Amino acid sequence: MTDRRATAATPERRHPRPWGDPLFRSLAAAAAGFFLLLTGAILLELTRGSSLSLAKFGPSFLWSTAWNPVTGDFGALSSIAGTLISTAIAMALAVPLSLIIALFLVELAPPAVSKPVGAAIELLAAVPSIIYGMWGLFVFAPLMSDHVQPFLSDHLGFLPLFQGPPMGIGMLTAGIILALMILPFITSVMRDVLRMVPPVVKEAGYGMGSTVWEVARQVTVRYGARGMAGACLLGLGRAVGETMAVTFVIGNNHRVGASLFDAGNTIASALANEFAEAADPLYLSALVELGLVLFLITFAIQGLTHAWIRRLERSAGRGQ
Amino acid sequence: MCLTVAAAAAGVAAAADLTGAGATFPYPLYAQWADSYKKLTGVGLNYQSIGSGGGIAQIKAQTVDFGASDAPLTKADLDAAGLVQFPMIVGGVVPVVNLEGIAPGALKLSAALLADIYLGGVKKWNDPAIAALNPGLALPARDITVVHRADGSGTTWIFTNYLDKVSPAWHGKVGCGKEVAWPAGVGGKGNEGVAAYVQRIKGSVGYVEYAYALQNKLTHILLENHAGKFVAPTQASFQAAAAGADWSAAPGLYLVLTDQPGDASWPITGASFVLIHREQRDASRAKSLLDFFAWCFAEGDAAASNLDYVPMPDDVVALVETVWRSEVKSAGSAVWK
Repeated sequence: MTDRRATAATPERRHPRPWGDPLFRSLAAAAAGFFLLLTGAILLELTRGSSLSLAKFGPSFLWSTAWNPVTGDFGALSSIAGTLISTAIAMALAVPLSLIIALFLVELAPPAVSKPVGAAIELLAAVPSIIYGMWGLFVFAPLMSDHVQPFLSDHLGFLPLFQGPPMGIGMLTAGIILALMILPFITSVMRDVLRMVPPVVKEAGYGMGSTVWEVARQVTVRYGARGMAGACLLGLGRAVGETMAVTFVIGNNHRVGASLFDAGNTIASALANEFAEAADPLYLSALVELGLVLFLITFAIQGLTHAWIRRLERSAGRGQ
Repeated sequence: MCLTVAAAAAGVAAAADLTGAGATFPYPLYAQWADSYKKLTGVGLNYQSIGSGGGIAQIKAQTVDFGASDAPLTKADLDAAGLVQFPMIVGGVVPVVNLEGIAPGALKLSAALLADIYLGGVKKWNDPAIAALNPGLALPARDITVVHRADGSGTTWIFTNYLDKVSPAWHGKVGCGKEVAWPAGVGGKGNEGVAAYVQRIKGSVGYVEYAYALQNKLTHILLENHAGKFVAPTQASFQAAAAGADWSAAPGLYLVLTDQPGDASWPITGASFVLIHREQRDASRAKSLLDFFAWCFAEGDAAASNLDYVPMPDDVVALVETVWRSEVKSAGSAVWK
């Protein structure tokens, strides 16, 4: 990429400037350091903001189910449980589906199919979450209450998970909406990862006489494990912190129900609903502490995922 | 700073826009009033509907000319912050139901029964207590799903204030606030969220501002009022509750219109209040602010009725102007003469 429009006719030797590289290095380091600083600052600010609540409730905040703005008694259990359950439902539905769709697009579909489908997925990934929420409330919730929930009650009603009146809103609906929301997101990243698997590796597999399914399972997915875990992590990050899509359909009450038909709340939905009118300092502080808990949950999930990927790589015997 | 100096230099002709922030409930009306007033006088209003709590915080911080709140401040709070409050309009909170075969205004509920339903004690629509009030009404054997607001709101404050007054059990277990620990049910975000849930869920009961009940064609109930009469939510019954109240005996105009006496009074009525500073920094700006409110009281009734709000009765307006005269000052002299 040398510049050939030099004025001198004779090619001149370029003298690298002695300060270019160190300057770039320090700029990059500063940018990276800034991220660490920002994370630290957020953590500090959240801790400072929740000091009242931390002092009053201590660690019991984490397992108390109280949430009473009138008497000033707060606990995070229902929000934590709701966050984890709705995210778990979303991941359980979205990850296998995403993987299958991505494999189909990369390995099986003819270009005439995979191109438009791929474009549609990219488009879906860009739809704002409030649209999912409104669609969930106005279109999907009636569907749940009229068809899906009665069906589940009839066939799996012996489980406490599927008992209760079919309101159409609640934990299960929120989980499914979240799944729909993160599905295109995970799929598009997975597709890109699978595309990057070198053809030579796959050909080696076929050369051994493997079927398409065997190559996909043993070679492609193994090879792209790290990238795919990253894709899942991105989706998870969105699901854990999703606010509007959940607020519309989860039913927003601070209770932990045994049934997936019950209404509940998540940390993000509680914050979205209650921040604006929380005038009482302790109430505000408890909400900020909820934010702190969400921050730590995200952190813990990141850490666990990275540890899991490392183990995966060791067992697969190859890194990327 | 520079702006006000410049405006003062330019004379009264270049009137600066007034600013306000607070309750979402009166926002459509304030916007309408501001629009008409600007066409008339050239003075505009920039109103941010950020919620009552936000409005109180903003006026205390003096970032706006006035704050708006659905829940009045007590006299002690007003004095501590150096504020004056006055009611601007009246609105009603309406319990609505979704029950097949039940027409609007067909179902009667008493105050105690409404509280019991919201406490989660009465679980089915064909409960004997409901049937006893509604002889001849075919009540389905459906579960009751209680719908409440998920977000903190002035509407919830008015509703829980009412339940707190009429039900000792509610007072003991839940209390009154913009956000409370609901013993039962599901929460919808905003009036529109509650309306949507009630429309979706068969056998549900919720509470919304009157305008939302009308716009969404929700099924309202007849509620027993303080006088023991069953009344329907109408502009007339809200007005009756406002008129029956004795504002002159309310220090700081702190008056909640729930559970008011009078045969025609709707029991869950509330005024939406405006908060301004007692001590105004800029006399001419304060004057133009009060001019605007005076115009709203005098000329804004039709706009209010069109948008399903209830204008303040004339005697209350006269009382409000008396309060302005005696309490709103700038550099020691009264702003409103």
